Amino acid sequence: MFMKSYKPNARAGLMTGIAVAALTISGVMASAETVRWARVADALTLDPHSQNEGPTHTLNHHIYETLVGRAVDGSLTPSLATEWGISEDDENVWVFTIREGVTFHDGSPMTAEDVVFSLDRARTPPSGMAALHAAVEEVTAVDATTVHVRMSGPAPLYVQNLTNTFIMSKAWAEANGVETAPNFAAGEEAYSVRNANGTGPYVLVERDPEVRTVLQAFDGHWNDAPAVTEIIYTPISEAATRVAALLSGEVDIVQDVPVQDIARLEQTEGVRVVRGPENRNIFFSYDMSSETLASSDADDNPFTKPEVREAMALAIDRNAIRQVVMRGESQPSAAPLPPFVNGWTEEMDAFGDPDLARAAELMAEAGYPNGFSVQLDCPNDRYLNDESICQALVGMLARIDIRVDLNAQTRSLHFPLIENWETDFYLLGWGVPTFDSQYVFDFLVHTREGSYGSFNGSRYSNPDLDAKIQSLATMTDLEERDAMIAEIWDEVMEERIFLNVHNQVLAYAMRDNINLDVHPENQPKMTTVTFD
Amino acid sequence: MTAFILRRLVQSVIVMLTVALVAFALFRFVGDPIASMVGQETTLAERAELRAALGLDDPFLVQFWNFVARAATGDFGISYRLQQPVMELILSRLPATLELALVSGILAFVFGVGFGVYTALRRGGWASSTIMTVSLIGVSLPTFLIGVLLIWVFAVELQWLPSFGRGETVYIGDWWRTGLLTESGRASLILPAITLGLYQMTLIMRLVRAEMLEVLRTDYIKFARARGLSNRAVNFGHALKNTLVPVITITGLQMGSIIAFSIITETVFQWPGVGALFINSVRFVDVPVMAAYLMLIALVFVVINLIVDLLYYAVDPRLRVDRANARH
Repeated sequence: MFMKSYKPNARAGLMTGIAVAALTISGVMASAETVRWARVADALTLDPHSQNEGPTHTLNHHIYETLVGRAVDGSLTPSLATEWGISEDDENVWVFTIREGVTFHDGSPMTAEDVVFSLDRARTPPSGMAALHAAVEEVTAVDATTVHVRMSGPAPLYVQNLTNTFIMSKAWAEANGVETAPNFAAGEEAYSVRNANGTGPYVLVERDPEVRTVLQAFDGHWNDAPAVTEIIYTPISEAATRVAALLSGEVDIVQDVPVQDIARLEQTEGVRVVRGPENRNIFFSYDMSSETLASSDADDNPFTKPEVREAMALAIDRNAIRQVVMRGESQPSAAPLPPFVNGWTEEMDAFGDPDLARAAELMAEAGYPNGFSVQLDCPNDRYLNDESICQALVGMLARIDIRVDLNAQTRSLHFPLIENWETDFYLLGWGVPTFDSQYVFDFLVHTREGSYGSFNGSRYSNPDLDAKIQSLATMTDLEERDAMIAEIWDEVMEERIFLNVHNQVLAYAMRDNINLDVHPENQPKMTTVTFD
Repeated sequence: MTAFILRRLVQSVIVMLTVALVAFALFRFVGDPIASMVGQETTLAERAELRAALGLDDPFLVQFWNFVARAATGDFGISYRLQQPVMELILSRLPATLELALVSGILAFVFGVGFGVYTALRRGGWASSTIMTVSLIGVSLPTFLIGVLLIWVFAVELQWLPSFGRGETVYIGDWWRTGLLTESGRASLILPAITLGLYQMTLIMRLVRAEMLEVLRTDYIKFARARGLSNRAVNFGHALKNTLVPVITITGLQMGSIIAFSIITETVFQWPGVGALFINSVRFVDVPVMAAYLMLIALVFVVINLIVDLLYYAVDPRLRVDRANARH
């Protein structure tokens, strides 16, 4: 008799019942509600500036707060800053009004000094956030509630870079020897990796990396008390186990729902699935500049020919990829830009039906009546169904005699190929954390030099376009700037630098009495949870 | 005896060094850790700087030498992924793996021997046939699938047992966290232990059965029966005792594989042991953790083999005689 009756969800079910009863009787928020939240990976660290990584930010957003937040529709919301704007006296200076009456979890008040300290810590290497603050020259506290950030030039969109830069206590950091973000080369663990003192809505109670993190609502928080008073956060890396844990009632919210399980979960009683577009596009790109391709049997580089790029765009069947590979869970589009990002237009996303006859004509015109061969490099553990998307493309391009040899491998082998220009043809996914097109241009379109073009694997280089892209950074007239963005996009789409597939869609599954919206950056906040 | 132990120890060190060398040669094919360590905004120059600072550009023999030199002083570095010291990280995860391995090893041994004896004695009975058929499943189904099936039946459908994790844990001493002392800890252990031990159990069962059938045919069993000894005395006192020598050897050696194979089980059940740590480290190309883990597994095998060799030496007089003769 070794199978003892064990009902993991019995008590939780009872608690939910009590909470629901309390809601209906009193009409106010339930007094105690625990949410058990599972996702694929744990935060790498609790240090607020060490890693610029999704799951790390997502958890830290509950403990720490930023100056400005990001709502589910992508707009900016006040958080520790109540107001922000460019100084009227100096267009190089951003002015932030700091919220009054905010306290850290240890009881000390948050001051403008803490904001200055945090921004300085975030922009100093080895902080992982430094690149987002590269244009900052100086941060100063003008008075108790005003912070000035002086930029090296006009930076009209700098505030967009602040949505993941957390504010920490200067005194706490100094007391614990973590005045700078932890360094990999340091050889020892920093105090801030497993301890935290933020101003956020939840206080860290227990941190067991990769096992369990427990957070409790912070009594002294400046905002309204959240409906969720306790969070138990558990990483479950195996997809089948994660779904099983939800079905067995051991967790309440599952963040990373595998595409193939969505339909089944929707039909399960007591489970709700919500979905929404993620701020991430999936596209192919190719070497548009080398004389010859290493992996091709063609004598020259076919991707330099506009006809070939157009033929490929006519051969890809985005709707088929959506239906077959993504099981309906994607938004096919022609432009590598999520819809909520500044600069997106409906026209650039539109695409026609595949036209193989025309594509074949174009291939012949370009001088490849018998096609050519090429290797396609693809990650197999980074994006939703990434390898299957590549396999689908292989079949589609075969119809216009482009013989594709698929090389699918793990992300740590795939991305260096793009970084080192060792791939002729590759898949890449790109999110736009600043919610502005300039971010796409800077990293993917601009010639590779300095901080520009680090993910420009196409080797595309156009000095005219580079100049336009650089001018975006300092344009303060937003209308003029938007016109420039549209102009750049016209050229990028005309040149077909990207063969875009779709916009990724996120799905969260949860008990059906829980309401939580999909966050475009996949950073759900438990403060936004409500219960039916 | 001392010379023998010394010789074996020297051999063990050489084995460990070889494992480290092979591991380091392989790490170059796992990929570039920098891609997972920095955000997408990081410039190429900064990436190159970090790579140089971590010594990832060095030829692998240099990297290997640096690793061995530091490892010799007990310093395995800091995890790229979790930013904690590697030794501390592994030591904090080790109890989970050892408890799981121990419990599944015991389950495998007890049920393996029990079923083996039963099926050998009751050949052709319906219960024996059933056990043999089910054991075929145990051998042929991959661990991953067994784990998912068990989760589906016992966690989702019946809701008797938890589907993931280790339940509540308590500390014994400073660093050993055990799940054996709490109810939810014990409940959490059952499914992973069955998953991990099923293959070993079938192996032991089939071995015991074959050995038993072999022994039961021998003359001394026939003579024992002829002497009128009870079935119980014949089956367990004479037959089973004589089958157990190879079984114990195999079980001992399998303990090493149970620890090493716990990777899959730990991943399926989100069991916070060193196997899951290793898999996550591979995904992230966390070289310091991978290196230390492989050294640990090598050490486990080396120690087990050393103990087995020493036991043979102690048990089998022929080994000593041969060695004595060889010197002449």
